[in-house]
Amino acid sequence: MAAASDEGAREAFRRGLRSGVPFAVVGFFLSASFGVLARQAGFSVVQASVTAMIVFAGSAQFAALSVITVGGGIPAALTAASLMNARFLAMGIALAPSLPGGPMKRAAQGQAVVDSSWALANRGDGTFDRWLLFGTTVPQYLTWTLGSVFGAVFGGALGDTHRLGLDAIYPVFFLSLLIAELRDATSRWVAVGGGLVALALVPISPPGVPILAASTVALIGLVRRSR
Amino acid sequence: MTLTYTQVWLLIFCLAAMTALIKALGPVLLGGRELRPWFSRVTVLMAPTLLSALVVTSVLAAGRSWSVGAHTVGVAVAALMLWRRCSLVLCVVVAVLVTAGLRAI
Repeated sequence: MAAASDEGAREAFRRGLRSGVPFAVVGFFLSASFGVLARQAGFSVVQASVTAMIVFAGSAQFAALSVITVGGGIPAALTAASLMNARFLAMGIALAPSLPGGPMKRAAQGQAVVDSSWALANRGDGTFDRWLLFGTTVPQYLTWTLGSVFGAVFGGALGDTHRLGLDAIYPVFFLSLLIAELRDATSRWVAVGGGLVALALVPISPPGVPILAASTVALIGLVRRSR
Repeated sequence: MTLTYTQVWLLIFCLAAMTALIKALGPVLLGGRELRPWFSRVTVLMAPTLLSALVVTSVLAAGRSWSVGAHTVGVAVAALMLWRRCSLVLCVVVAVLVTAGLRAI
């Protein structure tokens, strides 16, 4: 019994490693563009690399960077980054019942959550395959770290990154995850609803808030039974 | 650049601590419980809403305003390709090339 579940865990982990690879490739370039921008914002090569290594949250890193680039201070940068990270609160709540062990162990396992691993580990019935989640995160962590080192070291040679169109990477990354989630009519409708809520809030709230607010659209699950 | 070398380090460690805390909060407070049926119904719908909001804000917003640009076209082309089941890496490459191409014109 124990051996069978161990085998299942190893299999899920390996499956996660494989499905994480395309996201890891894309993540390399995203993180490289972070490295470039961080150097331009005054980070040293080591600082840019360490950020990717110990923060490991792309949207928060970019949000903090954009604040200090326009002359904002540490509190403003942290606030912007926390708001971008706020969605991990919702993701962590959803994931919580699928994690075994005491509070410390669960907290540690929660660190493995990134957007893609969370979405892929989602079994579609409200539970998550945690070994699949860990597996999916591993290659992405490696390339996220390598990418920022690469960008920080060679970024000077690239010049103006806006010209390179790297800002098109993020949306496509999320879009591929979204398409996989559109399983039935209900999920398609909440996706439309979430998108509209986020878009409506863009002009009236700081970046990050529209995303968190959009997650409340999922509460429709309280009244409507989804398949 | 208004931050000193030391301040940048301070920012980095604060960012790391904040991210770890946010990621830990849900699992610590709500872990180890039975899954209620209403809870899983909401959870299932959380992925499409969050991801859709991320797509929309990353492609149609810049800071606090709506914005459309070359990258919108690049992402739209990639969206079609994703729909036709092209690989993610290929779609990203095309999106970047289209965006960069339009900006070069």
